[in-house]
Parts: sequence; structure tokens; C-alpha cells
Amino acid sequence: MAIESSVTAPVAWPRRHLGKLLLFTCAALWLLWFAPHSPVLKALVQWSPALAVGFGQNILISLVAISLGSVLGLLVGALALSPLRLLRLPARIWVQVFRNAPWLVLIYFTTYVFPFEIHIGSAYVSFPDWLKVTIGLALPASANFAEIFRGAIGSIPSTQWEAARSLAFTRGQIFRSIILPQCFKRMLPPWMNLYAVITMGTALASLVGVHDVIDTAQIASNTVNMTSFTVVIYLSLMMLFFAYCYPISLITQRLERRYAFY
Amino acid sequence: MPSIETVAEPLVSLRDLHLSFASNPVLKGIDLDVHRGQAVSIIGPSGSGKSTILRCITGLLQPQRGTLRVGTTEVHKLAQEAQRIELRKRVGFVFQQYNLFPHLSVLENLVIAPRKVLGRSRIEAEKEARALLAKVRMEHKADAYPGQLSGGQQQRVAIARALAMRPELILFDEVTSALDPETVGEVLTVIRELTEEGMTCVLVTHEMRFAEEISDIVYFTENGVIVEHGSAAQIFQHPTSERTQEFLRHALGDPGRRPAIANDPYLLTNLGRYSLSV
Repeated sequence: MAIESSVTAPVAWPRRHLGKLLLFTCAALWLLWFAPHSPVLKALVQWSPALAVGFGQNILISLVAISLGSVLGLLVGALALSPLRLLRLPARIWVQVFRNAPWLVLIYFTTYVFPFEIHIGSAYVSFPDWLKVTIGLALPASANFAEIFRGAIGSIPSTQWEAARSLAFTRGQIFRSIILPQCFKRMLPPWMNLYAVITMGTALASLVGVHDVIDTAQIASNTVNMTSFTVVIYLSLMMLFFAYCYPISLITQRLERRYAFY
Repeated sequence: MPSIETVAEPLVSLRDLHLSFASNPVLKGIDLDVHRGQAVSIIGPSGSGKSTILRCITGLLQPQRGTLRVGTTEVHKLAQEAQRIELRKRVGFVFQQYNLFPHLSVLENLVIAPRKVLGRSRIEAEKEARALLAKVRMEHKADAYPGQLSGGQQQRVAIARALAMRPELILFDEVTSALDPETVGEVLTVIRELTEEGMTCVLVTHEMRFAEEISDIVYFTENGVIVEHGSAAQIFQHPTSERTQEFLRHALGDPGRRPAIANDPYLLTNLGRYSLSV
């Protein structure tokens, strides 16, 4: 009896994460011990506000890119599902071209293809680099999202269409009321995955002169000019991206469970 | 003086209906009549085109030849989806695999079509949906999701969903084939009550006893043609066609036992003949 209950009872939080806790305390102790003396960590603390601002830029780019990409992808995906060949073809070309192009090429492409300012009437509206990069990332995002969307629609059994048709729904009504709501749950995990990949892709922004977190890290390592500092700062970038992307996957799992209706 | 039966126009009438999938002919000249208030069963072996007939009646499939009339609608002439939608508002359909909408609760499943298609108000539609759920004895599951229900329960909800459109005619496509023997009864009870209330029903079924009990007219199909039709008593008690007799003999009673194979090595009682070394 006693053995059984000890097996089935959920282990208390500190005991379940014993390894992680131990690692964390060791790291904290190590930091506390060395931080005041180490010039590397001192420099890191000094540069951390700049890094945070840079990372903010990355997050901004990723959020705008995924939003733009999703809206575009929804349109392209809807075209790809059209019964008309004339509409399907451009959607297919869009998807194939932007899914099979290296992201860096697309980013260079959008950077040089768009002007640095647009004049609307008599006013000049500047077109900043970060927005060009965002569009460069939104293009492959839209192509990938279109495929996610098309796959989700295709995965809904045809019997659902048949049942809805037998209830005298129009094609549009079936799409909106029956098929799309069922697709959301199926699209959520690949969509979040796409977002995580896009977020990591924002690291490419530094190559066309956007002041993002990578660019800031480069400036910092050139300024401080210590090999150990360069190692530490890129290590902290890794941790920064992980700390941002890992919770997204956790949220995805939670949302998936919440919307599990079958 | 002619009797009512001959005067009244049939609600559904099929004449020389032909349909083929690619080069595979499925219906080869079907003649079928359903009068208002009748329960008509279509029986026959699998692949004989029974379900295809139902799908033609509700406009899910388009026949290539012949005429198909439902009420005043010439179904075989319908060219636009909008016209077929008008037809489907009057014809209910219940599927073998229930096909409830898994993302909607039971009540929402019943409410969505009347609201979106017929434009009824939510309050009115919900009131009617609850009444229909009570009728199929599912009112206690109004807020459950289809995934939480048993097959028999889902099928009863599917019947209620079809009824929520207030159809003139309901088509049942092998509605008990996916159910276990115990839950078949609860679904058949619902259908029996519907026929007793005078709902026009067309059933494709493999439940021969049930078909015999509730049907006014029974059609026996094989290979895309109607082999024989008549009243339930006539078809089940005195079938004229040899093929019908054979089919019914297999379907009713005679389980068709296979003769035992002599010295079957896989039969457990024959294992003794082999020496087992462990």
C-alpha cells in the first residue's frame, strides 16, 4: 500500500525538478562569486540594456513578420484551394518560390528592391530597413503558412463537407462555420513552430544593417575586445532566444489541450 | 372512383435513372416512387447502388440520364448549386458515420443550420432543438460534444439535426451499420416513431426485420437495377424473384455456415495431432 501510494502520488515540485534546481543554484552561486571580480561579466552587465533594446527590435520584427505572413498566407492558401485553375496557379508559384528560397536571399532582395523612402503625394514616408527585413521574412512565412492552412483544410474529412452540404449550407458557409473552426486546432502547433523559426530568422536582420540584438552583440564584442567576452555574449544571446522561444512551445501545448474537443 | 393512392402524385419519383463513376456504371435505370407519408426501404447487397440513389435524391450526386423529381423540383435539371440548396432545405439526410460537427456542442449542431441557412432566430432555433433532443431522448446531453457520445447517441443527435430543418422527407443511409447490436435498438426506435408520425422516410438498411416491420414499400436492388419491389409483406413473405429469395434467406435466419474444413491445422481441436515441443 505504502509503496503504491508513493508511486502514484505526484512528486512535489522541488523534488520533480531537482536536477534543474541544482543546476540553477550552482549557476547563481558561481555568478555571485565571480561577478564582482570578473571584467567579462561586468562588461556584460554594462551592455545588457543595449542588448535588451536590440532584442526588442528582433521581437518587433518577428511579430510583424508572422502577422503579415499569416494574413498573406491565408489569402494565398485560400487561392490555392480555389476550384479555378487560374487562381490556383499563382498561389502554387508563390508557395514554391518563397518556400524554396534561402531567407537571407529574400532579405537582401527586399532590402534592395524597396526604396528607402516612398513619397505619397507631397509627403515623404521613410521606409526603414527593419520593415524591409520584416517583409523579407514575411514572404517565406506566408508561403509556409499557406501550406499549413492548405494542409489543415485538406485534413478535415470530406464527410464534414458532405454533411454540411446535405444541410443546405452554401460553400462559403461551410468554409466559415464548419471547416475553418476545426482547422484552428490543427494549425496551431505548426503555426507556433513557424513563429519560433521566424524569431530565430530575425538574427539575419543584422546582416543588412538593422540594429538588432546580433548587431549590438557584434558592436559590444568589438568594443570590449576580449575573446572570453565574445563567447559569453553569444552564449547569452543563445539563452535569450531560448528563453523567448521555449515558453511559446509550452503555451502551444496548453492551447492544444484546451481546444481538444475530440 | 380512383383510390387516394393513385390520385396523389408521389413526393419523390425516379424514372430510368442512370449514373456512373468514370467508366463504372452504378445505377442502370432505377424506377422508384415515394408517396407522402410513406416509409420506403431499399435493401440489397453492398455495392448495388443503394446509397447512390439517396445521394442523387438530395442532389449530392448528379445522375447522367433519367428523371428525378422531388415535389415540384426537377432534380435532374438542376444546374446551379443555389437550386440544389433549395432542394436540400426540404430533404434531410442521415449518414452511416453520423458526421456530426465535432467542434460544436450537441445543441449547436442542431441550431447552426436553421440559424445560418433558414435564418431563424437563436431563441426559436434553440427552443426547437431542445424539443427535438427530447424527442430522441438526448436532452440531457445538450451541452456535450459529439466526441463524448457513444455511436448510438451520436446517430440520434444526427437524426435530430436533420429534423431541425423541418424537412418534408428524410433519407437514412445505413444509419445503424456502424453501431453495435445493443445501440441499434435505440436508433431504430427513433426512426420507428418518425414513421408512425407520418414523416416520409427513405431508408437504406441492412436491418431486415426492421425494414419488414416499418416499411410500406420495399425495393430490392442489385447491380444498379431494381430487381423487385412491393409491400413489405409481399417482398419478405412471398418474394417472386429468385435473387430476392436467396438474398433474404442469407439476410434473415440462415446464417450461412461454412462447412468445416477437414483436418484444418489452425483449428484448436486439431492441435493434438501435432507434437508440441516447448
